[in-house]
Amino acid sequence: MSIRHGLLALLERGPRYGYQLRTEFESRTGSTWPLNVGQVYTTVARLERDGLVVPAGEDEAGHALYAITEDGRDELRRWFATPVDRTSPPRDELAIKLAMAVGSPGVDVRAVIQSQRSHTIRAMQDYTRLKAQALEEAMTREPGVFDADDIAWQLVLDQMIFQAEAEARWLDHCETRLIRLAPRAAASARPDTAAAPAGESGTDDQAGSGLPQGSARNGGLRGALRRPRR
Amino acid sequence: MSSEYASAQAGEPAEEGGGGAREAAAAGRRAGPVLELVELTRVHGEGAAEVQALRGVDLEVAAGELVAVMGPSGSGKSTLLTLAGGLDMPTSGRVVVEGTDLTTASRKELAALRRRSIGYVFQDYNLIPALTAAENVALPRELDGISSRRARKEALAALEEFGLQQLADRFPDEMSGGQQQRVAIARALVGDRRLVLADEPTGALDSETGDAVLALLRSRCDAGAAGILVTHEPRFAAWADRVVFLRDGSVVDTTLRSAAESLLAGGAAQ
Repeated sequence: MSIRHGLLALLERGPRYGYQLRTEFESRTGSTWPLNVGQVYTTVARLERDGLVVPAGEDEAGHALYAITEDGRDELRRWFATPVDRTSPPRDELAIKLAMAVGSPGVDVRAVIQSQRSHTIRAMQDYTRLKAQALEEAMTREPGVFDADDIAWQLVLDQMIFQAEAEARWLDHCETRLIRLAPRAAASARPDTAAAPAGESGTDDQAGSGLPQGSARNGGLRGALRRPRR
Repeated sequence: MSSEYASAQAGEPAEEGGGGAREAAAAGRRAGPVLELVELTRVHGEGAAEVQALRGVDLEVAAGELVAVMGPSGSGKSTLLTLAGGLDMPTSGRVVVEGTDLTTASRKELAALRRRSIGYVFQDYNLIPALTAAENVALPRELDGISSRRARKEALAALEEFGLQQLADRFPDEMSGGQQQRVAIARALVGDRRLVLADEPTGALDSETGDAVLALLRSRCDAGAAGILVTHEPRFAAWADRVVFLRDGSVVDTTLRSAAESLLAGGAAQ
């Protein structure tokens, strides 16, 4: 997350002081990514060093104000015009966990999936309730009043819901795939290729739990994670 | 199932439904769950063709509560909804709606209960094309035997309460999918009905419109109705107070949303 560009975007609307930047940043994003005032000052100091902001005197209350420079505006325009890089995705603990769970003796992959799914959907329930509140609050404003903070916060909540949704759907997909592959994997796992005994989990699920080692070779999650990252 | 589930479930506070009980008391209605499923089992077929659609499912839905049921195809979601609505009978177990056990009720009682207490919302809206929105909503009340004038009055009141008054005189083909589904929810809850059973109600809608439909369902539950929502879409299930996961006919997990106070404490949003 770019605090640097976020602060530049706020300064483009006019000079501001540090604490004000922090408050406005948080009301945009609903305190989703809380900033401490120290972070704000450090970031502003770096922006100043890089010539993107300059000190702009004090307000009546004696707060030190900062203003964006022409270079700062150029930097901001570049930021908005450049897509966020997705070519080197951040390491995802869940993807690694499932990749490791497939074929691990004694691990019930479906239980791992279900426990994550519950957790993810619970987070979605919470985000959705915040969204319902945000929509309700927006309804109480006078018709036609466009409150950028309201809308920004709704967009941030939607983003969190969509991301969690993607994860939940991916988990559904993994489970379906594991169920479909389980009988085939069991049939193709020969003693000389299977490094571990099949089906150790001991649950009474008829399919999917405790996949034999061979299943990892049949694709499963491994294919998805084989993307070289060098 | 790992022991983590057991402890997670045991650790959940049993506070949900408290609000529902309050609503019920405020509305002067009987306390206790609107819907109770007890040890519900449904077996289709016999012998080699036998399929256990549900295996001993227990579920209670209180007034004021919206419960989502999720699970892969064939997990028993639709069977559960069909049984809860009295459209099919369980092999064993009980279905209790507003204090009446559907499995021991007479055919006449069952028909009355289905008509007066239970509303259905389907994926394809099921509005009658030759009737306006108001006439569609009035229809179940007319079937209840009240005068058509009173039924129309009630229908208009329901539409207004749901913020849909501007649609009253439109025919289904003059409404968008989202509008039709909102009218269908009004129809499901007109009169004294307070149990709404929704089967993939957002199936054909985009996410924004689907959200609007869910927001309406949610607000009806907040106002004292009890709802079950069957869906495979996590985004819509997330509107519920509780999400129940079915797998192979059994409940494998349940999630409650957090208590309101903890939401903005930083735990929910990272």
